[in-house]
Amino acid sequence: MAGPTTKVLFDPLVNNNPITLQILGICSALAVTTTLKGSLLMCLALTAVLVFANGTISMIRHHIPGNIRIIVQMTIIASLVIVTDQFLKAFAAETSKQLSVFVGLIITNCIVLGRAEAFATKNPIGLSMLDGLGNAMGYSLILIIVGTLRELLGSGSLLGYPVLPLSTAGGWFHPIGIMLLPPSAFFIIGLLIWGLRTWKTEQVEKPQYQIHQVHRTEVI
Amino acid sequence: MNSHGQVRHGPAAWLQTLREMPNDSVQKTLIVALAVSLVCSVVVTSTVVLLKPLQQSDIAQEKQRNILEVIGMLEDDKNMDTLFRGIEAKLVDLATGDYVRVNNIDPNTYDAVKAAANPELSIPVPPDRDIANIGSREKYATVYLSRHDNRIKYLILPVRGLGMYSTLYGLLALEEDANTIFGFSIYQHAETPGLGGKVDDPKWRALWKGKAIYDESGALRIQVIKGSVDANKPGATYEVDGLTGATMTSRGVNNMLRYWLGDHGYGPFLKKIRPARG
Repeated sequence: MAGPTTKVLFDPLVNNNPITLQILGICSALAVTTTLKGSLLMCLALTAVLVFANGTISMIRHHIPGNIRIIVQMTIIASLVIVTDQFLKAFAAETSKQLSVFVGLIITNCIVLGRAEAFATKNPIGLSMLDGLGNAMGYSLILIIVGTLRELLGSGSLLGYPVLPLSTAGGWFHPIGIMLLPPSAFFIIGLLIWGLRTWKTEQVEKPQYQIHQVHRTEVI
Repeated sequence: MNSHGQVRHGPAAWLQTLREMPNDSVQKTLIVALAVSLVCSVVVTSTVVLLKPLQQSDIAQEKQRNILEVIGMLEDDKNMDTLFRGIEAKLVDLATGDYVRVNNIDPNTYDAVKAAANPELSIPVPPDRDIANIGSREKYATVYLSRHDNRIKYLILPVRGLGMYSTLYGLLALEEDANTIFGFSIYQHAETPGLGGKVDDPKWRALWKGKAIYDESGALRIQVIKGSVDANKPGATYEVDGLTGATMTSRGVNNMLRYWLGDHGYGPFLKKIRPARG
């Protein structure tokens, strides 16, 4: 019992992380991580969409005609995204405004369609939802790390509460402006990938091209 | 027919045939496509309809909060409706500058941005005058009057215009002379955080207090300048510091105010209510 379930749930955290290994969902990871609160809300939205999309698609997986399967999946995902967006607007109006278009863009987040196509169309409902949850947690883990670093170093606060005393208010900390701009998320994610692959060497990709070494026997 | 040889009727039988149909047949493809769209649209519409009241009260509350905030009357421990009681929303015909009553328009719920997108309720702004980049302007605008002891104390004007990336939505509060700025706030924008995003920084906003819009002759003078204002210079009372590192956003704020306070915006209205000068 512990075998496949735990694997499905926890593998996407480190061993098969959607962001650091599969390099999916980068766009939103850059855009919404200026504050930790925004990151958390985005994680919540993606988790809801991913779990229910996987569940719904798995539920009807035996009846999806092969030639329209992507469209069927997209329709379900898009509907779930709109529903999630509406909920955010109703219950977290302030923060959802910051996320603006990026909640809507979950539709085009490769993680969602990728999991639907690769896992939910072939596996039972329970396992598919777990897979969705696992991947959402993997995505959330990275978003929370990036969001924490960016808010802490960029504005000296966490979740809006001041943590590091700012120099503008008489403290010692000079906020690092670039942390508030999207490129800094690239740097942080890049460093994370570097660290992760140094730790787990099996994640290092094989070079796609290698200069051909000429051996003496081939020349003859 | 099912496996027991009995004939089933009704929906059960229909479902049975559907299940047995090959997935890739044209019929099944159409049925699945139709069913998925139907279910999805029902789910989406019902969520939108069910959550709408919640979202709208949020929007209305936020509008009230923004207005109270710009005139410094926002108090956390007091009920917003109580605080808002002294504030009246009035509709102004921007072309003539008169207060108007229009059927079907309630100034409290009137959405100027929506009206600007409706050809019947708006006029296109000629490109050479459209410095705020809004495209079309609503015919009627809501202004808010805050009264104290039956006298108008503050006048709150909604303004908007393009910053660097995003439309800035703001409120400008004027004192009773309809010329001195009491407060200015940008309550919605998507400018670069830390740079143009500082349009909502309290320190910068404090610079606006006490600035004058028009000079004695009635000419529009208020402007955002690059760098900081020399307080000893004549005309310093019409100038506000630009935001450091945010030239485009500062220019956007400047253009937005110059448009909305000019002849095409609230100019005629403000002229009418401004006390005559001797």
